Amino acid sequence: MSNQAEAGYVVSHGRSKAFYERFERKSELQHQTHFCPGCGHGTVHKMLAQAIDELGIQDRTIMIGPVGCGVFTYYYFDVGNVQAAHGRAPAVATAMKRSRPESIVISYQGDGDLSAIGSAEILHAANRGEHISVIFVNNAIYSMTGGQFAPTTLLGQKSTTTPLGRSAKAEGYPLHISELLATLQAPVYIERVGLGDNKQVAQAARAVRRAVENQVRGLGFSLVEILSPCPTIWKMTPVESQHWVRDVMEKTFPLGVFCDRTREAQAQTAPAAAPPLERIPEILGVVGAAEPEFSATQARTAEVDLEVRIAGFGGQGVLLLGEVLAEAGLDAGLEVSWLPSYGPEMRSGTSNCHVRLSSAPIDSPLVSAPNMLIAMNEPSLRKFDASVRPGGWIIYNGDEFPPECMRKDVHVLAHPFTHLADELGDARACNMTMLGALLEIAGAVPQASIDAALHRLVRNPRWVELDERALERGRAVCRESMVEEVTR
Amino acid sequence: MTNTEKKDRGLLRIDTDECKGCGLCIEACPPKVIGLSERLNHYGYRTAVYAGHGCTGCGICFMVCPEPGAITVLRAVLPPSRQTSGLPHHDAEGASPCASN
Amino acid sequence: MRKQLMKGNEAIVKSAILAGCRAFYGYPITPASEIAEAAAEYMPQAGGVFVQAESEVAAINMLYGAASAGVRCMTASSGPGISLMQEGISYMAGAELPCVIADITRGGPGLGNIAAEQGDYHQVVKGGGHGNYRTLVLAPDSVQEMADLTALAFELADRYRNPAVVLADGFVGQMMEPVEFPQAAAAPRQPTWAVTGTAETRANLITSLYLDPDELEAHQRGLEAKYRLAEQRETRAEEWSTEDAEIVLTGYGIVGRILKAVTSEARADGLKVGLLRPITLYPFPRAHFQRLARRARVFIVVEMSNGQLIEDVRLALNGARPVEFFSRVGGNVPSHQEVLALVREQARRMKRAQASGKEQMAHV
Repeated sequence: MSNQAEAGYVVSHGRSKAFYERFERKSELQHQTHFCPGCGHGTVHKMLAQAIDELGIQDRTIMIGPVGCGVFTYYYFDVGNVQAAHGRAPAVATAMKRSRPESIVISYQGDGDLSAIGSAEILHAANRGEHISVIFVNNAIYSMTGGQFAPTTLLGQKSTTTPLGRSAKAEGYPLHISELLATLQAPVYIERVGLGDNKQVAQAARAVRRAVENQVRGLGFSLVEILSPCPTIWKMTPVESQHWVRDVMEKTFPLGVFCDRTREAQAQTAPAAAPPLERIPEILGVVGAAEPEFSATQARTAEVDLEVRIAGFGGQGVLLLGEVLAEAGLDAGLEVSWLPSYGPEMRSGTSNCHVRLSSAPIDSPLVSAPNMLIAMNEPSLRKFDASVRPGGWIIYNGDEFPPECMRKDVHVLAHPFTHLADELGDARACNMTMLGALLEIAGAVPQASIDAALHRLVRNPRWVELDERALERGRAVCRESMVEEVTR
Repeated sequence: MTNTEKKDRGLLRIDTDECKGCGLCIEACPPKVIGLSERLNHYGYRTAVYAGHGCTGCGICFMVCPEPGAITVLRAVLPPSRQTSGLPHHDAEGASPCASN
Repeated sequence: MRKQLMKGNEAIVKSAILAGCRAFYGYPITPASEIAEAAAEYMPQAGGVFVQAESEVAAINMLYGAASAGVRCMTASSGPGISLMQEGISYMAGAELPCVIADITRGGPGLGNIAAEQGDYHQVVKGGGHGNYRTLVLAPDSVQEMADLTALAFELADRYRNPAVVLADGFVGQMMEPVEFPQAAAAPRQPTWAVTGTAETRANLITSLYLDPDELEAHQRGLEAKYRLAEQRETRAEEWSTEDAEIVLTGYGIVGRILKAVTSEARADGLKVGLLRPITLYPFPRAHFQRLARRARVFIVVEMSNGQLIEDVRLALNGARPVEFFSRVGGNVPSHQEVLALVREQARRMKRAQASGKEQMAHV
């Protein structure tokens, strides 16, 4: 056809601008696609490219390529391109769209990719209502890997891994992704179209455009499932396979709109502006406070080396006790560490933590040989009493100290601390009475630091007040009570 | 084509290097003005070939063709009064009665 | 500046945001969940994204997307979740995408338990996923290092366009220690290679697919060159009392802290003991080991795993010195008494050997 013959004509249907002029990322045959003759992927690519052209979004578009025959979207589309792992494109798309809300993110996937290995990712992206457009090319088979069975393979359809044909008994029924996703509340648009004849092709082009346009309008999750021929694996001519889409495939996968909330959907509003950088430390609560006055004005008289193990039942406030002690130590200018036992122990049964306060840098935060043990009940005492360092202290919550736990080489303060807390009005303050006793014995931390720690860690003022009284009560008991000092 | 013949509404340009000869355009063409070449192209495919006249410019062949630029459809430039806005799918729907099915 | 008492897991998130991280995708797991919880609280306030994914597989692939979009991003998990993430880590290494992954390890294999263990060494340090790649691995031993090494991990991940892992155990994640942070937040950066949905980045491509064998080989040679460079430039280790050490203890993470206590006690006994604590597990600080081997007579590797770190120590020493081993697993922790006993035993053996050596000399 000569240029002369084209005089008086203008191009009405030609190569989309959204395609590269020449497919330079291909190693060879750079002027044509890698698809087999008659493959539906090429047709769908053209619809998508045309939609990108018409919507004027080429610069904003990010195409996410799948694993499968559609893997090379980046060979063809002159847009931002990202190639994803098998089935994961919706997860990749989720993050790209959330971080770049101005972009138009298109996840292009086949039926092995989307309905099998990526079934979780597509389900949850749809359920979260991610503002992405998904183009789902369903040819009822794994084509790239040579024709294995897919979740979408028709009953009776042969594949290399269902050589006798898919049976419902062995492989279950064809998976209806569009219908499945349409049960969710978040998606705004889900339609199944086909490439079975001219009319279907025209409808498919409209649906693809809508799916992309919905995103441009900020409406939400859109998915178009396209029944698409695979002449090579189906072992049919391109025309036969086109007819098979219409005459056979469509009977299993009826065409239609399964969800359309585009009218009621609210357009996505622009995300709130990020705070200025200067505000970030404040938001994180890491703005440095001045050093406490203590360290400047008050010299410590003695070296401190407290290795404390606190043990009790979950709910007795073991961890908080330790935290107040560590926080107070920090306030007093000491090196500190706090290490909890964690996990199921937190929910029930025993709980314990390791706390160290030291004038010197702390090597290990693990306290395997404490010089202070707070045992809030008998099982905790029995678990840890043998580990207490000679010359150390055991502070025990109980009416009487079990005689068989008596050691000649440790100090013991046994008292029903729970009763003290009860008298103060809440048995839960038992932990603070025991902390009071410990502080009275250790003397390492000034009262002001304890108060500061309490105020920092306990939000409810009523509790702060109760805890303060509990601490004082514990100290008093320690002073008054018969300290059962065992001679060495 | 000569000047004495009535000018067709449409015209096809087929890139025989890009065409893989799948035949979908031949099946889809409502006025049946596309055939398969006798000659093989460089890659060994028989390719789509335009009969030379009779194209309505409907664009269906372009739509079904899997290759980005194997087919280009051109339309006659009409006097402004007769110019129709032509999104391809309008044509396709209009053409459906005589489509392949 | 007054330090704050904080959990290691919380420090990671604050440090990340200060380093310009603006996306967190994760899935809850003990003992790493506080990281996701802190990210859920702070990331949106900082103008970033937080999503609790449907699985670790999805989470790591979300990182693939966020990193592709040019955003500093991170996730956190523990052994079982890291296993699931290996697919995405391999893809990110292949596509040269930076991200930070915090692995707060627990007991394995399988469901194992949730107590601290170091059994993830191989899966994290040696790759774990398919293909020829490495991840950059940093091993903090304190809450301060949780903060500092997280910031460093973002730097390294960007510098080498590669996933970086902060490998910490449940103890370091769960414990509270005083920590301080930089007082200025880094601006989120805009890499030129990213795909951001703009005209400027339209030509960019993120992929790990190189169909042509020659192209893939060239790509892999490029990755190797980065790893060699990292080996030259990025190794880090802490040495403690090593100047005259004849017995060198080595271990990472919480074990390093225990070994510090052991070293102090052994020194008090007059034993010439030192600690070499690898901070980068990949690249491994080989040169430190080789240098100390000139003076040291024996190395003792202590792990909360079944002999994983020791392989790298042996490779580093290449037979130059004997390597002794002590481990506790399953959530048990080597006590410093246990290790100290081993150190004393080694010292006795060395003394005996020395004595018999002198005797032999005397006979000559």
